[in-house]
Amino acid sequence: MTFHIGPYFETFINWMRTTFSGFFDALGALLDFSITTFENVFGYAHPFAMILIMSFLAWWLCGWKKWGLAVFSLLGFTLIYLMELWSHTMLTLALVMASTLLALLIGVPVGIYAGRSERAERVVRPILDFMQTMPAFVYLIPAVLIFSLGKVPGAMATVIFAMPPCVRLTTLGLRQVPKDVLEASEAFGATPYQQLVKVQLPMALPSILAGVNQTIMLALSMVVIAAMIGAGGLGGQVLRGITQLRIGLGFESGIAIVILAMYLDRITHALGSRSARMQKKG
Amino acid sequence: MSDTQAVIEVRALYKIFGARASDARKMMDKGVARSEILKKTGCTPAVVDATFSIAKRETFVIMGLSGSGKSTLLRLLNRLIEPTSGEVFVDGEDISHLGTTDLRAIRRKKFSMVFQHFGLLPHRNVLENIGFGLEVQGVDEETRRMKAMEAVQVVGLDGYESSAVHELSGGMQQRVGLARALATDPEILLMDEAFSALDPLIRTQMQDELIELQARLHKTVVFITHDLDEALKLGDRIAIMKDGVIDQVGTPEAILTEPATDYVRAFVENVDRSKVLTASSVMKRTPTVSTHKDGPHQAVRTMEHEDHSSVFVVDQDRKFLGVVTLDDALKESKKGGRSLEAILRRDVPTVGLAAYLREVVPLASETNLPIPVVKEDGVLAGIVTRAALLSALSSEGDESG
Repeated sequence: MTFHIGPYFETFINWMRTTFSGFFDALGALLDFSITTFENVFGYAHPFAMILIMSFLAWWLCGWKKWGLAVFSLLGFTLIYLMELWSHTMLTLALVMASTLLALLIGVPVGIYAGRSERAERVVRPILDFMQTMPAFVYLIPAVLIFSLGKVPGAMATVIFAMPPCVRLTTLGLRQVPKDVLEASEAFGATPYQQLVKVQLPMALPSILAGVNQTIMLALSMVVIAAMIGAGGLGGQVLRGITQLRIGLGFESGIAIVILAMYLDRITHALGSRSARMQKKG
Repeated sequence: MSDTQAVIEVRALYKIFGARASDARKMMDKGVARSEILKKTGCTPAVVDATFSIAKRETFVIMGLSGSGKSTLLRLLNRLIEPTSGEVFVDGEDISHLGTTDLRAIRRKKFSMVFQHFGLLPHRNVLENIGFGLEVQGVDEETRRMKAMEAVQVVGLDGYESSAVHELSGGMQQRVGLARALATDPEILLMDEAFSALDPLIRTQMQDELIELQARLHKTVVFITHDLDEALKLGDRIAIMKDGVIDQVGTPEAILTEPATDYVRAFVENVDRSKVLTASSVMKRTPTVSTHKDGPHQAVRTMEHEDHSSVFVVDQDRKFLGVVTLDDALKESKKGGRSLEAILRRDVPTVGLAAYLREVVPLASETNLPIPVVKEDGVLAGIVTRAALLSALSSEGDESG
């Protein structure tokens, strides 16, 4: 005897596609718009100008005394440019930014809700577990079914894949606020909203920023995988390297991904420690 | 409803933790034992049938060991914890049934709270922390700043206004906590083990400052502690709790001299009584002779009658003058002297009614005579004998009363 849940899932996805077609169209259009916007912004300036801006941003965020990251990004991105991977890199960056943005827009509020309500957390937690353990490739199939091929389904799969840590770390940050601080704000007559804005969110900020960092990193890894459904960018180059057995191209694209990943990680990290410093200064 | 002086009145207040609290509550009415209730319902009674009232400007200490329900009781007063049953009146208003908005208004205007681990906001500086209560009320920034600065001065944090709270020591952090509580100018201060997390030295200092502050500000203070010495030092009245039940409510002296239960008795056994008991609580009445009518002969008769070797001398308004010894009185009487003036010794140390026994002990060690206790207007109130002193200071010393 056999039993498959696959067909039911297929039916479910098809039903979703037809029933919520308006919603998915709008969502797709929104994602498409934000990817294009990011692409245009990153492609607007000359690559050298972009490289300088990115290096300068690194210098500023890390503090003027730490110029290591600035030098790294200057050299790294120049290398990318010389390897003729600049436009692919910028597309990948645009995809990462657009999907991260949407992931945060959904993830942070969900995380806040789960951080303030035990019941919400009980519902959200298994869903997150599911989202995180399901192999990344599997997201690509319904994404294709709903959004067909291209950047949008790639970004959509990325959003789903990259959201869990943002939700989790937001929830964690809220839950880490000491009980007596919460009690104090309650004793002084703070409303739930005041408690959230004046106490919980500021104290959870480092944790939330750690979540942002994780989301960006996961988004980057997923964006590369999403090349399989035509998202393009550096992942597309890797895929070409594999299918055409061009070791050199695959390696170069891999290097570019590593450089971009390190840059994004250090930048968001610096953002986090910056906010922690600000918090301590008061 | 309540009498005019009571700021907080608590009636038959119960708090039972657990999902089946109301079942447990019914079982308690039937007199089922605590352990039985826990076994059958999984509920623990934290506060049981608490009834007491706290007067305006009083420092009311709730004392008990950990798990006695004292912190729960405190939180029932401003309903940070919902009672299972019973009533709490604040200024005559029953707060048990207030809606969230009204309850919030009461918390903002009437209560302030100080916490054991301070409960400060780490992302704000000292002044912003102190202004938190006002900020929550929607007070504008200028007023907030002004009132916060006033509170800074009251607790002696001048110069630290823009420090980050984590840079401060525990004692300083608790000053911030205290200033935050005072900034809203509340009627009632709820202090939950406010000094328990501090070093012993700082703790004593903070206690002294709280007493000083109370003398100026006259708030109604409800203070939680597990430290009996602290309770005796700070409290105008003390409620002693055990297993959620209030064993006794009374003044420090009453707690020490007339412990209501064995638990309280065991608790107060090791207290340094000399810091708590006053001369008035151990003094006895004494026969006196009076200069305006009595002579040496009468003095000898009085001493022989009482089997004492000395007698205290007062004037006709019963104002204390000094002492006459048996030897001197006998000699003067043989000489045929008529007045006590000649043999009156005036250099006798005296103590006031409110003097603590630790002040009386050194005086008693320097003289063989009992120590006279004198009222503020100079009238002799009684004497403290060595025997009374010793029995009062020993742990079983209940005979002094």
